[in-house]
Amino acid sequence: MSDRKHIEVHHVTRVEGHGNIVVRAGDGRIEEVQWQVPEAPRFFEAMVRGRRWDEIQPIVSRICGICSVAHSLAAIKAVEDAMGISVSEQTDRLRLLAHYAEQLESHSLHLGYLVAPDLLGVPSVIPLASSHPEAVRTVIRIHRTANEWMELIAGRMTHPVSLVPGGFTLLPSEDRLRRLKQSIQAVMPELEALSDLVLSAVDKLPVFERDTEYVALVDPDVYTFYHGQVGSTDIEGTVDIHHFEDVANEYVCDQSTAKWARWHRESYAVGALARFNLNAQLLLPGAAETARRFGLKKGCCNPYMNNIAQLVECIQAAEHAIVLIDELLSTGIEPEKPVVEARAGMGVGSVEAPRGVLFHRYAFDEDGCCVSANNTIPTNQNHANIQKDFEAFVPQIIDRDQEEVRLLLEMLVRAYDPCISCSTHHLDVRFV
Amino acid sequence: MNRPAIAIFDFACCEGCQLQILNLEEELLDLISVVNPVEWREASSDKSDQYQIAIVEGSITRPADEERLINIRKNSQTLIALGACATIGGINKLKNRFDSADVRQTVYGEAADRPHLDTAPVKALDEVVKVDWKVHGCPINNREFARMLRALLIGKRPFVPTYPVCVECKLKGNPCLYDYGEICLGPITRAGCEAKCPSGGFWCYGCRGYVEDANIDAAREVMHQYGKTVADLKSRMSLFGTDQELTP
Repeated sequence: MSDRKHIEVHHVTRVEGHGNIVVRAGDGRIEEVQWQVPEAPRFFEAMVRGRRWDEIQPIVSRICGICSVAHSLAAIKAVEDAMGISVSEQTDRLRLLAHYAEQLESHSLHLGYLVAPDLLGVPSVIPLASSHPEAVRTVIRIHRTANEWMELIAGRMTHPVSLVPGGFTLLPSEDRLRRLKQSIQAVMPELEALSDLVLSAVDKLPVFERDTEYVALVDPDVYTFYHGQVGSTDIEGTVDIHHFEDVANEYVCDQSTAKWARWHRESYAVGALARFNLNAQLLLPGAAETARRFGLKKGCCNPYMNNIAQLVECIQAAEHAIVLIDELLSTGIEPEKPVVEARAGMGVGSVEAPRGVLFHRYAFDEDGCCVSANNTIPTNQNHANIQKDFEAFVPQIIDRDQEEVRLLLEMLVRAYDPCISCSTHHLDVRFV
Repeated sequence: MNRPAIAIFDFACCEGCQLQILNLEEELLDLISVVNPVEWREASSDKSDQYQIAIVEGSITRPADEERLINIRKNSQTLIALGACATIGGINKLKNRFDSADVRQTVYGEAADRPHLDTAPVKALDEVVKVDWKVHGCPINNREFARMLRALLIGKRPFVPTYPVCVECKLKGNPCLYDYGEICLGPITRAGCEAKCPSGGFWCYGCRGYVEDANIDAAREVMHQYGKTVADLKSRMSLFGTDQELTP
């Protein structure tokens, strides 16, 4: 009897947005392996045309509910770049604080609610509430802390309010920053507990390695999420963020409404593991120790280890946030008002979203109205790499039970923590 | 106890409103303990087409999505529209201000004509099917969502505010943004958000839709008092206001 395998996962669950997995094989011979992205496109780059400079952030924040701070910051930095605005060190520090809140919120949501069910063999976090109540409470406490932290700095948990070109519409008081520091310190043991939990189930993560190009922002002094230029494991040196189109080289393919990307090879990867592979030498002590506990080292090319890199970054974000708060409190919060004089120009903003490097470019006319836009999204940059991972991994596992193959491929997609609604809002634009 | 089956679905959106449901944290565990969650793709691998309450996030942008929504409506006794994309079309409706071919060309360039990139004018859910309840906002206020769900579960009529954001903003004691030269849509926007944006120093951009029976005369007076025009106000209504009528 011939051994036919036909796996078709329509709308992979426990990921943000809609993706499909298709595998067809007969007698160990693979006929088709596809990662498909059927998400409804939303055309943000077209929609922002004609909108004023101060309306760009409120619009593009809506590209993604899970990384709205990252989109907001990329947009704001691009507006500032276009209009020649520089911001204070205080603004930089506060923005990075808001950005760290989102990294922790997003990573803990991914690990605790979306990945943990795979590690513990259940369909969702809901049964874990009765089978592993303490673990679920740990995740909830981390997630809640990150959300309250984001609300304190950015005015709201999702779709930030107070982040604007030039600075902040509302500044947190020093007293509130002191309380924030206490709550971040209080969440450190919870992060340890989460590490213990993941460590206890880490053998459930498949061992699969494929030599991969990793791309992330790099900065000489810090494990960066916010400043820096574009680095790659395939090159020495960096590329200026203003030339990001030469990095992503986006193209349209028939199996996806999201664009795909390639740089030095057929595909590359962005995200926590990419940042780790480029910047791990700059991790703070607690984060570095966590990487050691999991045996995670620079050069790792097992995509499932992106989950572990996210865990390391949760600790990095919390550790560095405490440093930032101390710096802010040592100088005191200065009352500052954002000042912007609209002018014509073009600007680029780039940050590391939880899922990888994010680029926004906008051009404005002399009234400060947007003429054109280009948003290059982390998940777009990962789609081709997911496909290449599938092509390499499926032959290794095709003899296994069909359900197991399906689960391993779903886990692979989830490891990238794709943000598919983001990735279909993307576009390409010509500048005149 | 009868635990009603609940399913959560999403169409074109950022999925930030589902995130607000997760952000209920411990309270979500309580809510889930009195319902039977049968499908929630973003959070669970379970799937079902049997449910009493459907919670639907996102806008309708393709004919195939219309069919899917019509099916969800058929399978459910109560349908709740979750968030601005579902209740008023949200930020997605900005697309309707442009020609569809132009939008595709702008985003996908030479590949624009490929069939899988097709798109239609954006619709809110109630432009396709009957919607029983709306949780407004971008994102939703998850406390409002939890209150609505609790009310429905015990057979009470949920409370939906019929007054503008200014009421909640004043209750919070915020300074009025018009005093700072801003144009804010608080006077004409439906409350329920707890005035999050003006409380954070940012003008209200009307994500919850316009309040029924908006006091247009008073709004006009406010504009006049601060040396602004109705055209200024309208320019602010574009983010979430596409295809909406103000009903004085």
